[in-house]
Amino acid sequence: MNQQDARRAVETAIGKVAPDVEPGDLDGAARLRQDLELDSLDFLRLVEVVAESTGVDIPEADYPAVATVDGLVAYVAGHG
Amino acid sequence: MPSLGADMEHGKVVEWLVKPGDYIHKGDIVAAVDTDKTVMDIESFEEGVVAEFLVDLGDTVDVGTPIARITATPAELPPTQPAPAQPPPATQPGAAGGLPGPGAKVPPPVRHLAHTLGVDVGRLSGSGPGGEVTRADVERAAPGSGTQVPPEQAGQPGEQAEAPRGPDEGRRVRSSPLARRRAAELGVDLSAVPGTGPGGAVTEDDVLSAVPPRGRPAREPGAEKPADAPPSVSRPTAPAQVTEPVRAPAPRQERPAAGGKAESLRQAIGALMSRSKKEIPHYYLATTLNLAAAMAWMQAVNQQRPVSSRLVPSALLLKATALAAKEVPDMNGFFTKGAFHPGSAVHLGVAVALRHGGLVAPALHDADTLTLDELMDQLRDLVGRARAGRLQRAEMADPTITVTNLGDLGVESVYGVIYPPQVAMVGFGKILEQPWAHNGMLGIRHAATATLSADHRASDGLRGGRFLARIDELLQTPEEL
Repeated sequence: MNQQDARRAVETAIGKVAPDVEPGDLDGAARLRQDLELDSLDFLRLVEVVAESTGVDIPEADYPAVATVDGLVAYVAGHG
Repeated sequence: MPSLGADMEHGKVVEWLVKPGDYIHKGDIVAAVDTDKTVMDIESFEEGVVAEFLVDLGDTVDVGTPIARITATPAELPPTQPAPAQPPPATQPGAAGGLPGPGAKVPPPVRHLAHTLGVDVGRLSGSGPGGEVTRADVERAAPGSGTQVPPEQAGQPGEQAEAPRGPDEGRRVRSSPLARRRAAELGVDLSAVPGTGPGGAVTEDDVLSAVPPRGRPAREPGAEKPADAPPSVSRPTAPAQVTEPVRAPAPRQERPAAGGKAESLRQAIGALMSRSKKEIPHYYLATTLNLAAAMAWMQAVNQQRPVSSRLVPSALLLKATALAAKEVPDMNGFFTKGAFHPGSAVHLGVAVALRHGGLVAPALHDADTLTLDELMDQLRDLVGRARAGRLQRAEMADPTITVTNLGDLGVESVYGVIYPPQVAMVGFGKILEQPWAHNGMLGIRHAATATLSADHRASDGLRGGRFLARIDELLQTPEEL
């Protein structure tokens, strides 16, 4: 999956999990937990939605790598 | 309008989920109600046929206001003595004189009587010749008709059809069923109340005016309390416990229209927390939980699972809290009417931060009996609905102890404010890797700070400490949670 598709999938997934996050807040460096205020349940749901839409399953051990928007995009692009 | 939480004063019906003529059972969802906090589904406390709605969609009414009338079916009415010349209950709206059932003969005078008494003759089985409905049939049905949703939360069908006072009670007092019920709730002697209803009958209004005016219990808990009285003695608060009447006798006080949900939610939280801090003598404890075993176990389990069934640490913390609350009952229950009443079940409130600010703390019912997976599923469902503003009445009214898990978003410790009438609030901080000395060696382990805010009227620090210690112990064997 290329970077653009991955970014679109990630943004769509975040929009689904946290509908109130403005697209303008989706800065690449934004941290999902601290900046977008996703709690652990939201984060789990995000991982779930990403898996459904892209087929990329992120094991728990890799969570630190996907802590930011860019990190998640890169992960999806690299594994999809 | 049922109370959907200790801090709720009024609610707005935003959706009817039944329609007049529907047959409903106790527990059926009948309407969606918008409170300051969220939209909640409310259930019927009665079984019967929906006769009519008493409030319009979009109307905001006080807690205790009847919002619909449910006609009990004749089969459910307990046998009562005929109520001679029972006057029409003054507060009953309209008449429910429906069409008689097919084939049932109803002579016009009887029909008129039924109309006056608010009895639906179509639901009566006639005992007269040829199945004809007689005056006695109608009168028998009269006292129990027109039950209202939900004048009292614990109303049993049998309680409404209170038998007329026996002839040996000296002076007979004419009164409407509603008036009798209100009198019982408020401790008013009916015989001492001058009646203004038809035939001198005592109406609900008469009962209410016999009670000295007072502030609404839930809003002004200190209204009647002399300044020097011990707070635990004359605390006339009326928290949302099923056994307590929820009707508010005070005249409705208009509140200025708040600027939207977030603001009204903020006000509601502010009012409840102020009350908590004013009334509840909090004490605070903290301990560090050793989460090495719990995190290792959870990570191993999650590795084997698809993302949809993975656990989060909160699920383990909540389960351990529920089990500890079961074992240390002084933390679990309600402080009402000047005394602590331990809960018979553990309904674990979970503080959920809402995205536009504010929070709600709905219950995971019987959390101590759920498996971790069940608890996890219910937690996800509950949080999702809380955020979507779609909770049920019981979820808001039932928590017996509440957990706040702010650590999930980064803080290391959180000392919560107890939700009255509960007596304890547990806080979990962020799970961190920490240096941990053990057997003379220094290692690194996952750990978190657990705190307890508890009510000194219900327990003391020794018991609270035991409760926190139990949570830690239970987390050392996560596979048994």
